[in-house]
Amino acid sequence: MIVRLMGEGQYEVDDEVAKGLNELDEQAAEALEAGDEERLAELLRRMADAVRLNGARLPDEGLSPSEAIVPPDDLSLAEARELFEGEGLIPDLPSV
Amino acid sequence: MAGLMSRASLVVKSKFSKLLDRAEDPAETLDYSYEKQLELLQNVKRGIADVVTAKKRLELQEQQLQQSLVKLDAQAREALAAGREDLARQALERKSGLQQQLQSLDQQTQGLQQQQEKLVASEKALSAKVEAFRTQKETIKAQYSAAEAQVRIGEAATGIGEQMADTGLAIQRAKDKTESMQARASAIDELTTSGALEDFTTDQTQLDRELGAIASQSQVDRELEQMKAELGTGEEKKELQP
Repeated sequence: MIVRLMGEGQYEVDDEVAKGLNELDEQAAEALEAGDEERLAELLRRMADAVRLNGARLPDEGLSPSEAIVPPDDLSLAEARELFEGEGLIPDLPSV
Repeated sequence: MAGLMSRASLVVKSKFSKLLDRAEDPAETLDYSYEKQLELLQNVKRGIADVVTAKKRLELQEQQLQQSLVKLDAQAREALAAGREDLARQALERKSGLQQQLQSLDQQTQGLQQQQEKLVASEKALSAKVEAFRTQKETIKAQYSAAEAQVRIGEAATGIGEQMADTGLAIQRAKDKTESMQARASAIDELTTSGALEDFTTDQTQLDRELGAIASQSQVDRELEQMKAELGTGEEKKELQP
């Protein structure tokens, strides 16, 4: 499946990698819930590494949507909260 | 509790789905989306320029601090040579404070460098996708019926919308980091000019003045000695020739 590493690009990964990603993802959500910045950073890094090491980088000009989106691996706890829970860290796309 | 990946997907989709809702007919949707992509490309370019400017400012501040370090070191030596260990100690204390500031500035400059690299990569990816989208947009407009076009547009727009949200996040994060670093740089400037942190970066500091006083004192002594020598012993009062 196609996975996007935010801030980096898209990769094609196999089911085995996807399964591993989901496990790490659950733990990352728990770390965010617990406010454990160090653990969150570690898990986000492990997720990104799993994709980088086992996936194939897709060319930038591809227009296929991703099936999974992995948050940036250097996201701080405050940024993660803002991204997922608050007003949103991603600004609205430019409007008229 | 939902995982972070599905939450990230939701956030990303919510950002660009608005884009697709705006226009009614397919051709209009495509053109509108393309227009927004070009705007975002401009934004990311501006973002890169802002980071570069902020980085230059930090680098300039680093240079100034470096110069102050050299000066403080020289002043400490002068003070010591003049037998003023108290002044020498003062200069070295200031020097050590400045060194800490310098280290933190260095880390910040590196942080900005990373932001710059990320933005450049994001611009490259977005730029490639925008070009691909433009080609696809013309193909869709030329070859498909309205109903078919709707499906194709959905696919292409989802792919690029995801990149747009990603680039938007990169711009926002770089902006936040740049702003906080600029605030710190301003704080250092302010401390420096107010003298709270460092009076030593200005031309005439307390240390300069004290050292100057020592130097001029010894010059006065030297000249006095010289005059006394020229006038004889200097012990007896003599009438000066008119």
